[in-house]
Amino acid sequence: MIKQTFTTIALALIALLAPVVALASSSHGEDPAAKEEGIDAQGIIFEHLGDGYGWEVPFNHHKRIPLPVIVWGSDGLHVFSSSRLNSEVNGGVWRDGNAEFKIAGKDSPYKGKVVEIINGEEVKPALDISITKNVCGIFIAVLLCIWSILSVARWHRTQGMKGPRKMVGAIEFVILFIYDGVIKPTLKNKANKFAPYLLTVFFFILIMNLLGLIVIFPGGANLTGNIAVTLVLAIITFLITNLFATKHYWKEIFNPEVPWWLKYPLPIMPIIEIFGVFTKPAALTVRLFANMMGGHMIVIVLTLLIFIFAAMGPVVTGATAVVSVIFSVFMLCIDVLVSFIQAYVFTMLSTLFIALGQEEGHHEEHAAEKPVVPQNP
Amino acid sequence: MELFTPDFGLIFWMFVSFAILFVILWRWGWPAIMKGVSDRADLIDKGVEYAQSAKEQLDHAREEADKYIADARRQQADMLREADKMKTQIIEEARAVAQTEAKKVMDSAKQSIEQERKAAQEQFRNEVSTFALDIAQKVVRNQMKEEKAQEKLVNSLLDEIEKQN
Repeated sequence: MIKQTFTTIALALIALLAPVVALASSSHGEDPAAKEEGIDAQGIIFEHLGDGYGWEVPFNHHKRIPLPVIVWGSDGLHVFSSSRLNSEVNGGVWRDGNAEFKIAGKDSPYKGKVVEIINGEEVKPALDISITKNVCGIFIAVLLCIWSILSVARWHRTQGMKGPRKMVGAIEFVILFIYDGVIKPTLKNKANKFAPYLLTVFFFILIMNLLGLIVIFPGGANLTGNIAVTLVLAIITFLITNLFATKHYWKEIFNPEVPWWLKYPLPIMPIIEIFGVFTKPAALTVRLFANMMGGHMIVIVLTLLIFIFAAMGPVVTGATAVVSVIFSVFMLCIDVLVSFIQAYVFTMLSTLFIALGQEEGHHEEHAAEKPVVPQNP
Repeated sequence: MELFTPDFGLIFWMFVSFAILFVILWRWGWPAIMKGVSDRADLIDKGVEYAQSAKEQLDHAREEADKYIADARRQQADMLREADKMKTQIIEEARAVAQTEAKKVMDSAKQSIEQERKAAQEQFRNEVSTFALDIAQKVVRNQMKEEKAQEKLVNSLLDEIEKQN
């Protein structure tokens, strides 16, 4: 038993050291000049958190899994593989038809993006809908999500009267946990109308979060830690909240039940309420984004500590490595928990916002629901 | 920084992917699961209800059986009591019939005895009267040997007749 535990821990350490090695190679490979001055911690962190054309392969920074680049340049649509933009061939410039493309360098305002070279100037293409690492990650998450939910649905169609076991049971448990624990008590009789969206959001976020924790290929893309992803989800919640909102909801925004001097002549409360309509999706966006990005960043920083302390001799490096790896494991364990919690929180808040938009005008009920503001003495 | 400025390409693909995901799950995923879950819950509810009612029925059946047994016992007792009553009644009736019959027999016997007695009496009287007449004849014969006595008797008899008229 104890021996088994040690083996597991040792394996976990080796697995954790793999990205460390990958990081090490990346730090050296990308910026040879940094070798003498120490490592470019910020660059590494943002490279790993950010998007990219092509997907990194462990232990090798030069080879990447090629992904399609789709850009609308000055003379129309260009589609080519990201492997054409390899910085070691022809200075990273790829000639597609009459247009030349390259990935903008460190000093460019479009750093890391595909740019078209027109008369020696770097110009951002009109449209860049390349299948980047993150887009590919989203596709993988979508496929996984569809596969896992449809397998449960198929099971229900074929043998729904049996007790669910194993994977189906686990997924069904989570579905019911969200449905009976969050959606049903909040939305009550309108639960079935919004449940498909909310459950989809929950599973999509959960799968994206968990995929982000896997270091190598199918995972590793920092999806929910990217503001574009969370922004889209928050905007959809915002649209659903406001498009399906009741008359009462709009009345509460433009003509809330407050003393008249808060509305005339200066509409203080309506302004605050309208502001609140837009802060809700903003809060959703930033909450999920910051939580997930923070988790990833802490793990990367802990790993980087080993290389930052590498300058202080082998003893310090060794000690730092042990401590860093232990902390990284700890943080990754917490991140697994956070993955679930953040998906849950996003779903819960979405449900709450949608429920606020579904309120019918009952004066007593509404008064009871208003939070009591604590009064300072 | 790239992280904080949403990239259009990513937003575009994210929106498309999410739309596809939502449509697929909305069409083929969630309804089947929700229906399956609620159907199964109904089935379980029904099963529990059925089991409860079955148990109730079983308890009830025992009670019913007990009731039937008690009923049967009561009926048996009733029947026994009835039979007993009937027996007594029959005996009573038989006794009454016997009594009347006996009375009839006794009465007829009495009657015949009375008749016998009356006949005997009659016969006895006739005989006594015959004897008396014989005796009287003899006595009269003895007394009427004399003429005087005969005259006297005739006279007295005549007187009597006169008196009567």
